[in-house]
Amino acid sequence: MSNAALGLSLLALAALAALPFLDTGFWLALAINVAQYAVLATAWAMFSGPTRYVSLATAAFFGIGAYTVAVLGEALPWPLVLLVAGVIGAVMSLLVGFATLRLSGVYFVVFTFGLAELVRQLVTWFEVNVTRSMGRYVFVEISQAQILWQLLALFGALLALGTWLARSRLGFALRVIGEDETVARHVGIDTARAKVALFALSSVFMALVGAVMAPRWTYLDPAIAFNPSISFTVLIMALLGGTRSLLGPLLGVVPLAMLFEVLTARFPNHFSILVGVVFLLVVYALPQGVSGLLARLRRGAVA
Amino acid sequence: MNSTITRRGALGAAAAALAAPAVRAQGAPSAVRIGYAISKTGPNAGGAAITTIPNYEMWVKEVNAAGGLRLGQARVPIQVTEYDDRSVSEDTVRAAERLVNQDRVDFVLPPWGTALNLAVAPILNRAGYPHLASTAVTDRAPELGRRWTNSFWMLGTGSGAGAGLVEVLAPLKQQGRIGDTVALVSVADGFGIELANGMRPAFQRAGFRLTYDRSYPVGTQDMAPILAEAARGNPEVFVACSYPPDTLAITEQARVSGFNPKVFYTGVGTAFPLYKQRFGAATEGVMGVGGVDASSQRFQDYLRRHVASAGREPDRWASAITFASLEMLQQAIERVGRIDRAAVIRELQTGSFDTVIGPVKLQNNLLTDLWQVGQWQGGEFYGLMPLNKQGAKPAILPKPAWPAA
Repeated sequence: MSNAALGLSLLALAALAALPFLDTGFWLALAINVAQYAVLATAWAMFSGPTRYVSLATAAFFGIGAYTVAVLGEALPWPLVLLVAGVIGAVMSLLVGFATLRLSGVYFVVFTFGLAELVRQLVTWFEVNVTRSMGRYVFVEISQAQILWQLLALFGALLALGTWLARSRLGFALRVIGEDETVARHVGIDTARAKVALFALSSVFMALVGAVMAPRWTYLDPAIAFNPSISFTVLIMALLGGTRSLLGPLLGVVPLAMLFEVLTARFPNHFSILVGVVFLLVVYALPQGVSGLLARLRRGAVA
Repeated sequence: MNSTITRRGALGAAAAALAAPAVRAQGAPSAVRIGYAISKTGPNAGGAAITTIPNYEMWVKEVNAAGGLRLGQARVPIQVTEYDDRSVSEDTVRAAERLVNQDRVDFVLPPWGTALNLAVAPILNRAGYPHLASTAVTDRAPELGRRWTNSFWMLGTGSGAGAGLVEVLAPLKQQGRIGDTVALVSVADGFGIELANGMRPAFQRAGFRLTYDRSYPVGTQDMAPILAEAARGNPEVFVACSYPPDTLAITEQARVSGFNPKVFYTGVGTAFPLYKQRFGAATEGVMGVGGVDASSQRFQDYLRRHVASAGREPDRWASAITFASLEMLQQAIERVGRIDRAAVIRELQTGSFDTVIGPVKLQNNLLTDLWQVGQWQGGEFYGLMPLNKQGAKPAILPKPAWPAA
């Protein structure tokens, strides 16, 4: 993304921050949902796009961030809680990254899916055997408007980071890895380190989104925090949008979030079936995502 | 929400008011709009389909058959807006926002279960809607009632239900009718843990000994090893703080292996009609959470209407309480006589209501007078405790042997 595009995007985010002054109810709730998935899907694509590692660990990092708030929310000032959530997300992703990023293909997919379940079972074990209670209450004085602002700020930071990354040596290394990992190793790229670094960056954002969202639900248990459907939703949104460019995932997030909203409102009894059909259509009709389609159309127009 | 009055909207409203028939000229709306988001899919769907949805549907049907809610002189029918929350907190939050701010319903009925009730509580509180949480059971209910004064917690606390069992058993031990050994198993999840937490200290105070105390993860399929270990010490009392699938599995396993302690208690699901269908005469003497006063005419009448409306019986724990919460809402609205949510909340806080579970008056936004322990006796799940509550039955002890299958 060029500096001008980045500047425009940040300006647009700043304008969106005015939304809570226009509506504090439904539209704010919808905007929070879109912003949440925008950060998650963009963070997902930042790692999975160039490396082509399909990760289903989104729920694991989201959940660990949310749980950090549930545990520390009332004990520490809010910025510190966010900091701890980010650090925990980073540490966990480094551990996981060094252990698993040597895996590739389907093994990595399966492992990351298992990771969310593993963390969930560990948290459950801890709650049952140590704290002897399950389900935590999040009574933090954070308004819905503040949740939106934090998500927009996260998204802005993510865009800036992504823009910098695309121009950096790390970003270049990752693109080479995505094209051919063996070649990357032969030209002297430390592939493991590059992948782990990016995995950690992406995971920190996911953990922060979980932390920011937790006060919205008042009550958290492991099943809510580590809900695997978060991983799948993020994946399908990023695939629909396209992972090749920084704003690509957004092209999937906005239409799908709106579509889910319309489907729940108009067809509450057929939601799951219709979503399944949409997923099939996305994979069959738009293998390169919306951004890929746009790029193809543009090339067509030039030719 | 303040910039939405447009000129066209105001004109439209004025035109509608002019065109309205004479009844509505007295200030009554053409319909009372009631909205709810309920789990039609996802892990909560089973519980919602047993306890919540049939009661919501039956209440709306009955009220509308009578012409609607009485607002002053007029009868105003109920118009329902419903959504599927898919058992997801985030979806529940958005559905509640949509009901309150987009659909602008007059009243919102709560979702099923503790987690989702807590998810909507701050929204309903901010918007000033009454919140009758009839399927949420949490030890923090007293605190929640104080925190959100528009919220009413109708299903007691887990530890209250746990301690209630010991209140039933302690006198029986003193009379020498049961010994002091207890085997306790509990599911590692919210209510199972709270129930067991309520029991342990109460058992200790009453002089019982725990010969076995173990928890198992949610979704455990095979109960045979746990039950075999629990039965090893030949305990007088067996307690399972279980969830519906485990309740069925534990009962089945105990029956098959002939484990028949003097007291056999299982958790959530014991009061379900499904339990009676599955085990028939073998339910005799099984204790569990919940209970009803089956001798009351009001309950029998409710039972009959529920079967006619939903095609199946209600459960013997939260079903009648859910319906009672709707009757309370109806009576509060009718006493106020107009759509005035603040006044309805005040009425719910202070009023007395006549319901299928008997007269109800909430204490600090809590329903405190409810059945904590029940027992299957002759095909009905009677309330045993509180011991002095109207309709309380003495416990059958010892539990009869499992009949041959």
